[in-house]
Amino acid sequence: MVTASAQAHADEQQAENHLLLRMSGISKSFGAIRALKQVDFDLRAGEVHVLAGENGAGKSTLIKILGGVHQPEEGQIHLRGRLLRFHSPREAAAEGVAIIHQELSLVPAMSVADNIFLGHERSAGGWLRYAEQQRGALEALGRLGLDVDVRQTVGTFPIATQQLIEITKALALDADVIVMDEPTSALREPEVERLFDVIGELKQRGCGIIYITHKLEEVYRIADRITVLRDGDHIVTARMTELPADALVRSMVGHDLPESARTVAEAPLSSQTARLAIRDFSVQAARRGLRPLVDRVSFEVRAGEILGLAGLAGSGNSDLLSALFGAQRGRVSGHVRIEGQPYRPTSPRAAIRRGIALVTNDRQRTGLILGMNIAANMTLASVARVSPAGWLNFAHEMQLAERVAGDLDLRAASLTQPVATLSGGNQQKVVLGKWLNAQPRVLLLDEPTRGVDVGAKQEIYQLMNRWSRAGHAIVLITSELPELLMMSDRIIVMHRGKVVAGFDRAEATQERVLHAAMGGAVASSE
Amino acid sequence: MSGELKSIPSLSPAHEAWWREALRNPIFTAAVAFGLVLVLGLIFSGDGAFYKWGTHRDALRQASVYGILACGMTVVIITAGIDLSVGSVLALVAVSFSILSIHWGWSPWLAIPACLAVGTACGAVTGGIIARFAIQPFIVTLSMMVFARGMAKYVSGGMKVSTAVQGADGTYSYVDVPGIFRLIDSRLLGENLSVVSLIFLACVVVSWIGLSRLRWGRYVYAIGGNEAAARLSGVPVGVMKVAAYGLAGLFAAVAGICQAAQEQQGDPETGMAYELSAIAIVVIGGTNLMGGRGGIGLTLLGTLIIGYIEKILSINAVAEANRLMLTGAIIVAAVLIQRRRV
Repeated sequence: MVTASAQAHADEQQAENHLLLRMSGISKSFGAIRALKQVDFDLRAGEVHVLAGENGAGKSTLIKILGGVHQPEEGQIHLRGRLLRFHSPREAAAEGVAIIHQELSLVPAMSVADNIFLGHERSAGGWLRYAEQQRGALEALGRLGLDVDVRQTVGTFPIATQQLIEITKALALDADVIVMDEPTSALREPEVERLFDVIGELKQRGCGIIYITHKLEEVYRIADRITVLRDGDHIVTARMTELPADALVRSMVGHDLPESARTVAEAPLSSQTARLAIRDFSVQAARRGLRPLVDRVSFEVRAGEILGLAGLAGSGNSDLLSALFGAQRGRVSGHVRIEGQPYRPTSPRAAIRRGIALVTNDRQRTGLILGMNIAANMTLASVARVSPAGWLNFAHEMQLAERVAGDLDLRAASLTQPVATLSGGNQQKVVLGKWLNAQPRVLLLDEPTRGVDVGAKQEIYQLMNRWSRAGHAIVLITSELPELLMMSDRIIVMHRGKVVAGFDRAEATQERVLHAAMGGAVASSE
Repeated sequence: MSGELKSIPSLSPAHEAWWREALRNPIFTAAVAFGLVLVLGLIFSGDGAFYKWGTHRDALRQASVYGILACGMTVVIITAGIDLSVGSVLALVAVSFSILSIHWGWSPWLAIPACLAVGTACGAVTGGIIARFAIQPFIVTLSMMVFARGMAKYVSGGMKVSTAVQGADGTYSYVDVPGIFRLIDSRLLGENLSVVSLIFLACVVVSWIGLSRLRWGRYVYAIGGNEAAARLSGVPVGVMKVAAYGLAGLFAAVAGICQAAQEQQGDPETGMAYELSAIAIVVIGGTNLMGGRGGIGLTLLGTLIIGYIEKILSINAVAEANRLMLTGAIIVAAVLIQRRRV
C-alpha cells in the first residue's frame, strides 16, 4: 500500500515490524456453504484485536483455521514473518498459538498442574517430573495473581477460576498469539476485572490477543482494533477510536433483509386471555454459585401471536424455553398460566399433555431418533394417538405421518426410511411434523430454521404463519436478526437472564435489538 | 387427504445386486450365518448324529435357557443398557423355586408366581436405581449380580437344594421330585420337542409382541436411539427403564425355574457367566450394543447359531478347550461382519 505522507508510511513500517500474524485471502467452504471468502486479518504485538460479527459470520471458522483445526482452501498464514501451514492443533500450539475456547478444554478430574502441562508434559525418559510441573504451574498461575493449590483437581474450582486456569495453560506454552473466545461469558464482575488486568499485562509482554465478544462495553474497554465479519466476508478493520458504536452495529448487521414472509400480522384478540402468561419466571443454574440462567422474566403471548425472544448466546432465552417445557435441570420458580389455568413445568411429558411443544435448537442431538424411520419419529410425541390400549396401529400411524408429510412437503422416497438419510431441511420438517401431530396450542421454537437451506426456510416461515392463523401461540428464538424481525409480532430482548427491552413490530430494528442484546442501554432511555 | 410424497431418486445405483442390498438387512445376514452353521453340521455330522432329530431336539433344549435370558437382554440392550445380573438372578430363583417346591411343598400355582415376582423385583430395583440416580447400567447390574448371588447362597445356606431333605434329627431322607419339575423337563409331541424349548419360544413371542407391536416397544427403541430426544418427546424414560430391566429379571426367573427343573435341584452356583452367553447371543444375532437397533428375531437366530455351534462341536468330540477358543473367535467375527454393514 502506498501512502502519500511519509509519516503515515513510517507508521505502517512501525506496524509491520510489530506484526505477529498475518492471515491473507483466507477462504473456506463446508459443502455448499462458503464460510469464509477471501478474508484478511492481522495481529500486532501488544494489541487486543477484537473479532466481531453475528453468529454464522465466520469468526469461529477463522479461529479454527488459525488453530489448525480446519485447513483453508485458499490463503496464507504468516506468523512472525514466516509462511506456515498448520495441519493440527498441536502444530499451531507448537508455534505459539494458544486458543482459549468458550467451552473449557480442561480435564475436570485431573489436577491443576497436570492440566496446565497436558500434552507437553515435563518428563525425563518417559517419567513425569511432577515437582517440576508443579513449580512451573505455580509460577504461571502467579503471573495471573492466582493463588490455588496446583495439586487440587480442576473440577472442584468454580467456573471462573477454571477459566483463569485455562488462560494460564495458554501462558505456560509461552504463546504470543492468544485467542480468547468470549472469555467473560461465565465470569462475574470482579473476575472480569482481573481478566482485563491480565490482558493488560500480556500486552505489556508483547503478546497479541484476538478477542471475540458479543458485549459492546467490553469492545470499547479493551480493544485497540476491531475486525467485523459478516456472512464470511471481511467488512471492515478499524482502530477502535475510528468506529463509533452505531457504525459498528450497522456493519455487523448489514442491510440485506430477506423478503417479508409474515403475511398477516394477525391482530391478537385483546379480549382473550393470554395463551401463555409467565410472571417472575426464574431458572437457577444447575451448579450452585452461578447467576440464575433466567432472572424474573414476565411476558404474555396471545392466541395467533408470534413473540420473538431475542438474546445472544448465554442470555438465557433458550434456557427459558426448555424450562417452560419442563426440561431444565436447575430449579424453576415463578408463575405460569396456560389459557388462564396455572401450570407447573415438571416434565416434557406433562408439558405435552398441556398442549406445549418445544422444537429444540439441535435436531440431531435432542430432536430426532436418527436411526428410527420417518413415520415413527413423526408420531413419537403422540404415540398414544396411534396405539389405543397400547397396541400400535401401523396403518393409522402411516396415515398420520403421510398427512403431515404432505402438509410439510417432505421430500423422502418412503416414510419407512431412517431419518438419518434425509437432508437437514427435511429432517427439520420431521421435527415440525412430530409436533404438528401432537396438536399443541403453545409452540416454543428454538432456532427452527438453523442449518436448513433457503427454500426450506421459506416453507418453515409459511408453516409458522399457518400455525398462528390457526390460533396457536408461538415463542420464537432465532439468532438471525432479520428472521426475528420479519416473523415476530413483538420482540423482547434478554441479556444475562433478564429482559432488558421490548419492541413492537413497528419500532424494532436490527440495530436496536442487537444493541439491547449486547447489554447496551435501551435506546428509548437515552 | 393424504399428501403424495415426492419421491427423490435413490442415491445408490439403480441396479444394485439384490444380494448386496439383502446383506444390509441384519435378519438376512443372521439367517445366512445360521445356514452356514447348518451346512457345517451336515459336513461334520459326527458320524451321522446330525441327521437324527434327537440331536436337533437336544441342541434346542440346551440353548433354551440361554435363549430365554437373551430375550430379556435384547430389550435391555436396545435401550442402550446392559444387564449383568441375569445369571445370578437365575440362580437365586432356581434355589428359591427348589426350596418352595421340594422342601416346603408349595403348589406350582403359588411357587411359580412367587419366583417370577422375585426375579422381576430384582430387575425393577436395578432399573429404578439406573433411572433415578443416572448411574451406568454396567455398575448397577454388576452390583445386583454380586448381591443376587449372595442372596442365592444365603437362602440355600450355601448348599444345593435337592430332593435329599435333612430332617430335624440331622438324617437325610429322599423325597420325590415334584411333578412340576418333571413336567418342565419333559418332552412333547412324541418325545420330539422339549418343554423348555417351548417356554423359550413363548418368551420370544412375548418379547416380539412387546418390541414390535406395542407402544412399549416403540419407547424402548426411542430411548436407545436417543434418550434426550425421547425424553423431550414425552417418553417416560424412567418408568421404561424400570420396565425393561424388570422384564429382563422376569425372564431370568423363567430361566431359573427351567434350570432348577432340568438339574432337579437348586444350585446356588448355577448360572455362572450365563449373562455373558446371553450378551454373546444378542450380539451374534446382530443387535447393536449402542442401542436403538436390533430385534428379537435376531436374538432367536443368535440363539440357534450359538446352540448349533456348541452341538456340532460336541458331536464331533472337539475338546472343551478348543470349543471355547472357537466360540470366542466366532463372536468377534460376527461383530466384525456387523460393523461392515453400517
